[in-house]
Amino acid sequence: MDSSTLFGIATIGYILAMVSYIVYLAFRNRTVGIIATTVTVVSFIAHTGAFFMRWYEGYVMGLRSLWHPPISNLYESIIFFIWCLILGYLIIEIKYKNRSFGAFVTPIAGLALAFIEMTGMSKEIEPLVPALQSNWLLAHVTMSFISYSLFGLSFATAIMYLIEKTEKKTEPAYIFWSVSLGVLIVLLIAMSLDYLEFHVAATSSENIKNYLFRATFKSPNPTVALLSWIASFAIIATVWATGGYLKKIVSAFNVTPELLDELTYKTVAIGFPIFTLGGLIFGAIWADQAWGVYWSWDPKETWSLITWFVYAFFLHARLMRGWRGKRAAIVSVIGFVAVVFTYLGVNLLLSGLHSYGSLS
Amino acid sequence: MAERDKTFVDRIWDFFASVKLAVVLFSLIALTSIVGTVIEQNAPPEKNIIVLKRLLGERLAPEAYRVLDSLGFMDMYHSWWFVTLLVLFAMNLIVCSLERLPRIWRLATEPIKPLNPDKPPSFPIRKEITLKADPETLRKALISALKKTGFRPMNSPMQKGGFQLYAQKGNWSRLGVYITHLSIIIIMVGAVIGIFFGFNGFLNLPEGRSSDVAYSRKDSRPHQLGFTIRCDDFDVEFYGMSDMPKDYRSWLTVFKDGKEVMRKMIEVNEPLRYGGYTFYQASYGMLSTGGGYFIFRVRGPDGKTETVTKIMGESFVIPGTKIKGTIKKFSPALAVSQDGRTYTYTEMMNNPAVYIEFTEKGKPKYSGWILKRYPKTWRLPDGSMVQFIDYWGVQYTGLQVRKDPGVWIVYLGCIVMGIGLYMAFFMSHRKIWLIVSEAKDGSLVRVFATANKNRPAFERKIETMVSNLTEEV
Repeated sequence: MDSSTLFGIATIGYILAMVSYIVYLAFRNRTVGIIATTVTVVSFIAHTGAFFMRWYEGYVMGLRSLWHPPISNLYESIIFFIWCLILGYLIIEIKYKNRSFGAFVTPIAGLALAFIEMTGMSKEIEPLVPALQSNWLLAHVTMSFISYSLFGLSFATAIMYLIEKTEKKTEPAYIFWSVSLGVLIVLLIAMSLDYLEFHVAATSSENIKNYLFRATFKSPNPTVALLSWIASFAIIATVWATGGYLKKIVSAFNVTPELLDELTYKTVAIGFPIFTLGGLIFGAIWADQAWGVYWSWDPKETWSLITWFVYAFFLHARLMRGWRGKRAAIVSVIGFVAVVFTYLGVNLLLSGLHSYGSLS
Repeated sequence: MAERDKTFVDRIWDFFASVKLAVVLFSLIALTSIVGTVIEQNAPPEKNIIVLKRLLGERLAPEAYRVLDSLGFMDMYHSWWFVTLLVLFAMNLIVCSLERLPRIWRLATEPIKPLNPDKPPSFPIRKEITLKADPETLRKALISALKKTGFRPMNSPMQKGGFQLYAQKGNWSRLGVYITHLSIIIIMVGAVIGIFFGFNGFLNLPEGRSSDVAYSRKDSRPHQLGFTIRCDDFDVEFYGMSDMPKDYRSWLTVFKDGKEVMRKMIEVNEPLRYGGYTFYQASYGMLSTGGGYFIFRVRGPDGKTETVTKIMGESFVIPGTKIKGTIKKFSPALAVSQDGRTYTYTEMMNNPAVYIEFTEKGKPKYSGWILKRYPKTWRLPDGSMVQFIDYWGVQYTGLQVRKDPGVWIVYLGCIVMGIGLYMAFFMSHRKIWLIVSEAKDGSLVRVFATANKNRPAFERKIETMVSNLTEEV
């Protein structure tokens, strides 16, 4: 068996787990819950095995040293992100004896896996370019992704909190979460349409820049482009209008808003120091070793600084000004948007030194 | 002090001490930074005009560019207003920390005092247990239980048949936030020192040449190094037979006052440091002048081997024979097309090849391409071998040259930040009091405790301690 077979098993497992958690959420059947947890644990073990196997395969092929784990291109980093996310989720499930988050966390993993398939990014084990051949790779990338995953968990609990705690449709917090969720859905649909329209997957980051949203917003046919915008507003409006159902579902969880608020803070409080040290400081030291500049205001660096400022804002607002609840949750959602942009947006839309994170 | 009694200095102090200012600065720095990631910094104007055209349309773009340019957005991270924001941020950080430090310092250094056993104040964590032993015999067990939990308890004397044990730990963790703030200031100081006293430059050094200057990145002006650096060789290593570079390497030698003082091979993640300067492998390229040396290791049919160095057009003799090889052509990157013709696919030395004609007593014997990366091509029909080692003296290594006396301060700041963050987020200030008094058939132990962070974890620890105690006694 090779690593890609095992990854395949884990992928199918995570999708099954996602379905089971959602079914569990709907029917609150204990057996389904146990099945969901079992499937997740088994997939996680397969995933772990695949990770180490890929590490070993890269070594045997002579492309990487044993110091270089498979976390050096976009595909590998997303796979590693999912691994951290599921690990973090399993810890929370065991510690708080609550399965309900599963229905919110496994879809993030599912979306990430779908993103890999939709963009058709390269899954090959690639040799490391000279700049990446550093022992800092291990510390910098693993710690960055552990913090990204923690921020992802914080995002999930914050969104749940907002859904549960907002009452009126005219309330700013309600508008905020419904529009955020609506935009997310619109983006996913637009990207799926791109994929269906062009079939061929993007082979390079240049390529995806050319075809991203070509089936919808940037269509050469102005009618299609106009319709896309109208449809987007319709979708966002629908999410806004029907948010009450989501609230019913989330309220059916046995999670108190206080626990959600607590988790939102705790995951940030652990993620922030890891991100500062692993993402910013180790990144700067590595850049200093490789290029002779520890900070060059390259887009990736700048965006991670922006992310850092958002979470610093979150912590100061909470600890110094007593921001809790809705306001804190909104900041946490914004923080994760910045994380996603640092991670994907910079590589897909902007250019810079970190170009090996691209799709090719 | 009433608002109007405040002096000007007080007002300025208050302005910088406010968390509101911090929040405004966080937002301003974050939001303006976004602009600089969309507009490519220090790029040729045309590039950004194209970006602006896409965002704003044909008509507005040139005007928008002019406005943005005059506001410094084309090099915004060094513009006066962005630097002002950073300076304000630093001042805010310093004043905010100074403002709150005395109170926190007191909390961190205050020794823990015994409680009034009759009227203990309310605490978030409280427990009561009765143990079947008189207070004095319990003392030892309680002390060791506290020590096991990580405390070094203080002892109060016996009073009305009872006593108190009390302890605290992690009190210094209260300073974690300030250490983190301090580290940001240290890093900024290091960066400023680097800007004012550092040098950032480059040096393109051909194989075999030396230089005692590097060129500034800003204005390309030469900058005296105070020593001489020579490039002995440059080489690219590839993965297998592919064109994926595995390693860029330069062999450098440093001379000071005419004497060799250092010799080192550098790679991308492995720079050379000498005399306060650091030389990084940044780029490479081919000289347009040509005229290098071909280096071969030649082995005759009888196994005798020698190394020869020749220039284009020169000849060498295979040891032990009368066969003479003449260098006719060179290609930096040889490829064979489908119809069998050879051509050069790139100007870089990706697949260096040399065309040699062999003659014996003036009569042509055989001829062909010898490729550096393909050992199969080194073998000649008569069993001798011509290994193509290098075409030396035609490539240059591109070195990034930097002197940054502030970098060690930045590193120090990073270490301090690691310590500060650890203290601030993963340690907590925990206090515990055990008040022991006589009860009917034994002693009553009342536990009071508090933690400034992660209270549930502390509570669990105390529960374990209590249940262990009950079992032991």
